[in-house]
Amino acid sequence: MLEIKGLKVKLEDEDKQILKGVDLTVEPGKVHAIMGPNGSGKSTLSYVLSGRDGYEVTAGSATLDGEDLLEMEPEERAAIGLFLAFQYPVEIPGVGNMTFLRTAVNAQRKARGQEEMSATDFLKVIREKAKTLKIDADMLKRPVNVGFSGGEKKRNEILQMAMLEPKMCILDETDSGLDVDAMKLVAEGVNALRSADRGFLVITHYQRLLDHIKPDVVHIMADGRIVKTGGPELALEVENNGYADILAEVAA
Amino acid sequence: MSAPAQSRRAQLKEAKLSATAERLEGVALPAGGAWITAAREDALARLRQMGLPGRRDEYWKYTRPDTLTQAEAPKAGVFDPEETPVFDGIDRVKIVFVDGVFSADESDPLELAGVEVERLAEAGAADIHWGKELYGVLEARGQNPVERPLATLNTALASDGVLIRVTGRAEKPVSLIYRHGSDSSDAVLHHVIKLEPGADLTLLENGPAAARFNKVLEVDVADGAGFHHVRAQGRDHERRAATHIFARLGKESTFKSFTLTVNGVLTRNECVVEFTGDEAVAHVAGACLGDGAFHHDDTVFVTHDAEACESRQVFKKVLRNGATGVFQGKILVQPGAQKTDGYQKSQSLLLDEDSQFLAKPELEIYADDVACSHGSTSGAIDEEALFYLRSRGVPTNDATDLLTLAFLAEAVDEIEDPRLAEEIVGRLEGWLKRHRRG
Repeated sequence: MLEIKGLKVKLEDEDKQILKGVDLTVEPGKVHAIMGPNGSGKSTLSYVLSGRDGYEVTAGSATLDGEDLLEMEPEERAAIGLFLAFQYPVEIPGVGNMTFLRTAVNAQRKARGQEEMSATDFLKVIREKAKTLKIDADMLKRPVNVGFSGGEKKRNEILQMAMLEPKMCILDETDSGLDVDAMKLVAEGVNALRSADRGFLVITHYQRLLDHIKPDVVHIMADGRIVKTGGPELALEVENNGYADILAEVAA
Repeated sequence: MSAPAQSRRAQLKEAKLSATAERLEGVALPAGGAWITAAREDALARLRQMGLPGRRDEYWKYTRPDTLTQAEAPKAGVFDPEETPVFDGIDRVKIVFVDGVFSADESDPLELAGVEVERLAEAGAADIHWGKELYGVLEARGQNPVERPLATLNTALASDGVLIRVTGRAEKPVSLIYRHGSDSSDAVLHHVIKLEPGADLTLLENGPAAARFNKVLEVDVADGAGFHHVRAQGRDHERRAATHIFARLGKESTFKSFTLTVNGVLTRNECVVEFTGDEAVAHVAGACLGDGAFHHDDTVFVTHDAEACESRQVFKKVLRNGATGVFQGKILVQPGAQKTDGYQKSQSLLLDEDSQFLAKPELEIYADDVACSHGSTSGAIDEEALFYLRSRGVPTNDATDLLTLAFLAEAVDEIEDPRLAEEIVGRLEGWLKRHRRG
């Protein structure tokens, strides 16, 4: 599904290499986790895949079901099924959450040549999905993320994911700023979306999120490269011993 | 050797007055009864004393007045907007002016319970009329401390307009529609609205009016009365307009005015509000969209001369392709106007580097127990928000429009009636769609 080969990325404005050759394949139905210390390039990877400005790809490729992501505009990537749950969801004063979601859903449907969703159908679907994420009517009416707590913002990301039904979901530090209850709620939302034809890439600094979203594969990223790949036990190793041991082992 | 500053100022004033005298030479006042003729003559005399605005006037620092003051109106082609006129879906009493002249054929019968509507020409011919207490009176009050000579010119020369007296709660809006028919028309309209205690009226205005439009609206809001005003200025690209609103607010009264401006080569909208009774509320708001040859000036002056009144100014401008936005807003709090709540916000969204926003926010406060604030900003589209929307599949154009509407929303929110707000939002959306890039 998601295939990244030899991806090298530098900052556009500075001569600073962030990703130094990333290889990664996420198969449909699988949950891959990327862990790593701060500054290892985890978030950069998510931004480059979703098409944020400010980065320059110097080598390698990234495709989704064979389509070249790096050649596409961010909205085109979204329309073919890529979704990034932001580490810091953006506040948009003046744009109602519901309007935002409906615009997004219908823009994607239009891009895929599907008919737009009617207002009534949309309302029905969003109410149902919001309920399972404990998002009340007020949160749907308020401007996007404005005045939302950290937990509310992350739940709102998951609601967007549930409404847009992407095939490849990237979650960037979705656990940051969440207490245990909020994290459980978010994890439940993510787990409800797991399916045989959907892939996940969960980026996290800590193992605790992975107690709730069980990964199939765990990668350790350091200094712009994936340095170790293993099963869920790798996450536990990080939890028990920190990154130092693994990094030392790789360096040796 | 340079002349002392005092005498240079005197020289400038003298030159201005002689230019004004020259401009007014041969100008004939419209015919009318005694009271209105007196008001017009008084205005003409005041105008000769103050002089028409010139380029060196501080109050006209950001907007060139010459095309507004010169004898002949610069030509402006009549524009076919190719869209359903604004407020079309609203049940209202329509009063139509074509190039500044009342058109009985196109207007509805001027009948509305609790509302008396008369043409200025008729009222002016009457021996006794309530209009005498207000026509040119609120305008004259609004000349201090800053002169507004174009309004005085209007009081002297206006031959048409409406006088509306509201005694009850009007069940539907009165809608003034200004059609533009000739490319050299020069329209001067003067309206007076008197709201008796507890009365309530919504006034709508729309249309370009003429190649050049000089309009004064005097509104006297008595104790406990409410006035709601929503205006959409016409889309004709070459039109020019200088408009003034003079509002006097009694105790516990409400005054709310919103103006939408898209296009127009030059627009100066002045709004002068005076609180004379305690606990009154005045909200003045505006949204404008300018692309290219567009100069838009909002000049607002709010005087608090009563206790516990609330004033709010919210002005938002979206500018591109060399468009210019101006905001001059002042809150004056007189001695004794305690518990005043004054708020002022003026913001521009500059969609490129060619456009500019010039803002002069002012507070002048002579009371010690007041809360006044003002804020003025200029900015571009928020790149973070734009990326967030795009990452959800919203194309750049749609995302930019959505963020632009969001920027304007705070001003549009000042319209109380949701149906009228919807009409305005529809206009904004239409304009943004038509002005898309690429």
